[in-house]
Amino acid sequence: MTTAVPAPAPVDVAAGRPVSAPERRPASRFSVGRTLKYAILLVSLVLVLIPVYVLIVTSFKGPGDATPARAWALPQLWTMDNWTAAWETLSPSLFRSVQMVVPASIISAFLGSMNGFVLSRWSFRGANIVFTLILFGMFIPYQAVMIPLLQLMLGLDVPSGIPSLILVHVIYGIPITTLIFRNYYESVPKELIEAARVDGAGMLRTYVSVVLPISIPSFVVVLIWQFTSAWNDFLFAVFFSSSQNGPVTLALNNLANGALLQNYGVSMSGALLASLPTLLVYIVLGKYFIGGLMSGSVKG
Amino acid sequence: MKTVKRWGPPLLLLTPSLILIAVFVYGLIAVNFQTSFTDSHTAPQATGVMPTVFVGLENYAALLGSEAFQHSLKNLLLYTAVFLVGTMVIGFVWAWVLERPAKGEGFFRSVFLFPMAVSFIASGVVWRWLLNSNEGESALGLNRLFQIVGLDFLQNPWWNNVTWGIAAIAIPAIWQLSGYVMALFLAGFRGIPDELREAGRIDGASEWQLYRHVIFPQLSPVALSALIIIGHMSLKAFDLIMSISKPANYQTKVPAVDMYVFKSSFDYANSAAVGAILLIIVALLIIPYLVYTSRKEGGR
Repeated sequence: MTTAVPAPAPVDVAAGRPVSAPERRPASRFSVGRTLKYAILLVSLVLVLIPVYVLIVTSFKGPGDATPARAWALPQLWTMDNWTAAWETLSPSLFRSVQMVVPASIISAFLGSMNGFVLSRWSFRGANIVFTLILFGMFIPYQAVMIPLLQLMLGLDVPSGIPSLILVHVIYGIPITTLIFRNYYESVPKELIEAARVDGAGMLRTYVSVVLPISIPSFVVVLIWQFTSAWNDFLFAVFFSSSQNGPVTLALNNLANGALLQNYGVSMSGALLASLPTLLVYIVLGKYFIGGLMSGSVKG
Repeated sequence: MKTVKRWGPPLLLLTPSLILIAVFVYGLIAVNFQTSFTDSHTAPQATGVMPTVFVGLENYAALLGSEAFQHSLKNLLLYTAVFLVGTMVIGFVWAWVLERPAKGEGFFRSVFLFPMAVSFIASGVVWRWLLNSNEGESALGLNRLFQIVGLDFLQNPWWNNVTWGIAAIAIPAIWQLSGYVMALFLAGFRGIPDELREAGRIDGASEWQLYRHVIFPQLSPVALSALIIIGHMSLKAFDLIMSISKPANYQTKVPAVDMYVFKSSFDYANSAAVGAILLIIVALLIIPYLVYTSRKEGGR
């Protein structure tokens, strides 16, 4: 254990309530410290939201508003043109991204769950070494396997584009999903599984009928994690697909960098479109999202 | 028969992943080293039409001796330093401010964390505009904002500066990851038992002494995790640079970008060598950390 973070269910962290800390000071009392804290918060808020302002405002600007002098001003005329143009360019790749992340996250979640269960409940000599060896796969810079990986995929005749990307996201997702599930199963009371064993259930039976049903919170965390990282991936996308058959990150980058004349309005609408799915997940399932982030930081 | 029953099911669950990790992580790393020791610098060699010759460490020597690659390494160092200091300081301050229950803290936390859900490519679109290097009349983005608020002297070419340009690319990275470091520190703060603080107060410790002797030591494992995670991300920096400047841009190139550029020109040997160098840098950082954490776990 590295940190004191309980993974993968840090609901307390997410909900933001300290476990047992009543207000120590009267809330109404004015103090320099308090004022300073709110000043820091407000300034930070403004700074963090600057790019959001730019994205939204620029995405609704028409060509007449594109002059540098009006760079920070609100649109004179709000228009949806950029959004429709961005949608037309990006929609095929958005659908491809969906086709990629759904299988990629489901398959790697199941693999992680199986590994996590075995590694947490079945101790053999060297189990810890096996676990560390798996974990190391999470830390390698993928640049160090990319050239042989390209050749291997070519040799195996895996079609470029979404099939290749599903495969690499599943494989290189194994370490993190194993980690999250192992930590979760370590926290499951041993008695639960022992009881199943006494009832005569073998390991596979125990896994399917006892372990899987109680793993749902971890599945949510892992699925969100894999969904987000596959959706946002660019490195594998640029090596294993083209803008004709690749995910939305690649198409967006081509949209933003490809045109001779910079059309910031369209690319910013595109950036917002491409970010909507992950932002939606963050807003709706925020605590699980943070759960994934936290467990990503906890080794062992 | 008994052995089969004992070893069979767990092996059945674990084997697929073990094989995949063995082949796609360790196997490919080995092949990558092998490629990096050859003279495979041309397309016919990359596709196996022409033979390659073993050249030992020649590619490494040439790379490390070349001014262009040294520039990449220097950029990587500078980027990592700015990224680390920025996220650690901002993340800690936010966590420190939000640690005590305050009005609206949940809102602030969510806002500070949301950039994490967005891909580097999407945020690159808006940061490319914000960090536009035009000044004066044609200034956009932050340079224009500086003019508006009367801080004209702050205008600068951002990423277009050969020496310091890469530090500008670290700004969006800090924008995206500070919230993550905050979340880690918040979890750390909440892991400190109230009794510890109370005991310190009763002993008459000043607020500073309390931090110095009680809180900082308790937070150091979290800080270490954050350092490792951010440092590791930083070494793999690629997406943001591809999206904000151009891959061929000398000012902002880093090893990961070189790797891609070499691959694009079918110089597989140099591409593999850059990947291997990145792997070695990451391993120097990660292996002591993994050993340290698994030791700690053994002693638990």
